[in-house]
Amino acid sequence: MAPVVTGQAASARRNLWLGALVAALAALPFLADLAGQPAMTSLATRIVILAIAAASLNLALGYGGLVSFGHAAWYGIGGYVVGVLYRHYVSGDPFLGLSVGTDQLLVTLPLAALVSGLFAAVFGALALRTSGVQFIMITLAFAQMIFFFFVALKAYGGDDGLIVRRRNSLPFLDTRDAATFYWVCLTLAVGWFAFMGRLVRSRFGAVLAGVRQSERRMAAIGVRTYPYKLAAFVISGMGAGLAGALMANHARFVSPDMMHWTQSGELMIMVILGGAGTLLGPAAGAAVLILLETQLAALTEHWQIVLGPLLVLMILFTRGGLSGLARLVRGGRDG
Amino acid sequence: MSLFVEQALNGVQLGVTLFLLAAGLTLIFGIMGVINLAHGSLYMIGAYAMAAVAAKTGSFLLAAPAGLAAAALAGVAMEFLVVRRLYARDHLDQVLATFGLILFFNQAITILFGRQPLFVQIPPFLDGSVAIFEGVRYPFYRLVIIAVGLVTAIGLYLLIARTRLGMLIRAGATNRDMVRALGVDIRALYTILFGVGAMLAGLAGVMAGPILSVQVGMGEQVLILTFVVVVIGGVGSVRGAFLGALLVGVVDTMLRAFLPGVLRQVMSGPDADALAGGLSAMGVYLLMALVLLVKPKGLAPAHG
Repeated sequence: MAPVVTGQAASARRNLWLGALVAALAALPFLADLAGQPAMTSLATRIVILAIAAASLNLALGYGGLVSFGHAAWYGIGGYVVGVLYRHYVSGDPFLGLSVGTDQLLVTLPLAALVSGLFAAVFGALALRTSGVQFIMITLAFAQMIFFFFVALKAYGGDDGLIVRRRNSLPFLDTRDAATFYWVCLTLAVGWFAFMGRLVRSRFGAVLAGVRQSERRMAAIGVRTYPYKLAAFVISGMGAGLAGALMANHARFVSPDMMHWTQSGELMIMVILGGAGTLLGPAAGAAVLILLETQLAALTEHWQIVLGPLLVLMILFTRGGLSGLARLVRGGRDG
Repeated sequence: MSLFVEQALNGVQLGVTLFLLAAGLTLIFGIMGVINLAHGSLYMIGAYAMAAVAAKTGSFLLAAPAGLAAAALAGVAMEFLVVRRLYARDHLDQVLATFGLILFFNQAITILFGRQPLFVQIPPFLDGSVAIFEGVRYPFYRLVIIAVGLVTAIGLYLLIARTRLGMLIRAGATNRDMVRALGVDIRALYTILFGVGAMLAGLAGVMAGPILSVQVGMGEQVLILTFVVVVIGGVGSVRGAFLGALLVGVVDTMLRAFLPGVLRQVMSGPDADALAGGLSAMGVYLLMALVLLVKPKGLAPAHG
């Protein structure tokens, strides 16, 4: 009985910590106002949104070992769902004969996740025919193809993208208020992370971890790995789409830039920086990368010349991102 | 008809440029197991070094070797400082570290040369056009590119198939550990190979310089196309890279040249142009998807 009790105690302590973390995050807009820096709320919203995207990529990349270099495509598609629906809402034009325009967040968010998931299913089904380095190259190439598609899509702004003049609305809440929108994003992020946590501890998550460690062994014990990988890829794409839809609302703008391959790279950096295959790692990674970028950008226009080598050093000398760095500082040995 | 021949040659010219990049990328992957995103940066470095020397001296004959040397040096330095430590890592670490290198190189070039693209004149002795056959003229410079690319392809084949270095390369691709166990200095071999790959990328950059604008970001555009080539051809296979490069070069050029005309038959001008632009940009990726459906390991897989 004893181990079960300690297990429960540890889990209770962990839940307490998580509760405190969420409470601190929820209090952030008040603190930002007190500190006289209301722009912090907007920055925090960006971090929370990108944390959702990074956590989604982490499901495929960290837990499933599927190194997708094209997740910006699903992220961007989610954004475009919001942009296109808003465009039709304003103009009243039907889309494929249906009058679909809407500015209701309760409609646009699930739809964005659904559409992104559909695209991820189609392209993932193809890309998962390969593995290893080909999978990296193919996901990159498919994302690039989708990027070019939206660049050429003149009906929806092409290169210039779409402006979403007003954030999608929610019943009873004013999403145009920065703090309210931050809380909406935070609530969704907490929900998504809880879902991810349940998922990786489920049977599905166990099979996924098995696939990452040795696909051949999983096949040998009689598991058809392909459906599991595809499901992980699709759920991962849906989360990225959800994040994209929130970002389109936050920035009130979508453009093909959201799908640029460097955006895919940044999402991967967030996951690695925070620690791939850990539940909260991607959130920490998103926070560190965005804060680092804003700090460096304030110092010099050429901030990437600092960020690039920093990234190289981090990969070369720490394993497992920030936690690896902490280990290195403490003088511990690489795990 | 003359337009068709001209566009076909343009396609071959793009193809050989892609081959120079893909050959290096696929060899480096096949033998060292490293996926190098910064391969496109070497192409950019070659083009910039060539443009800078050409602007200073006015001589293409000085500028071309300078571009090759700069790319090869940058490649060897990259291998020595960073890539060498990535051989034993997984692909994810390799992707991210070389992504960091891209950020660094792009900003370094921006600081050195600014954001404005550089333009390089085609050298006078390579300028003008020649009659290929009755009534069809083609720029001499582009023919030279095709010739240089084909000669390099043959040279690379001879190097790999007929020399001791090539034997080691093939042996290394088949079984790295065995080659090391036999007492070959595998580190030196890797550095040489990386330098050769970098020089090929530099050669592509040098030759593309006078017909494209030399600008930051040119490396990534061509890198992603090169990935398509490598996947279509089969990862690690130089023969596959050659086939894939020509296929991608010709298909891409043909779509861009003829698709707008075809679509204009069925829809209005501007709409047709926009749609054709999008479709032809997507064309090679669709081609890749098609190849994958039929042959997941590529057209000419290296082994296994």
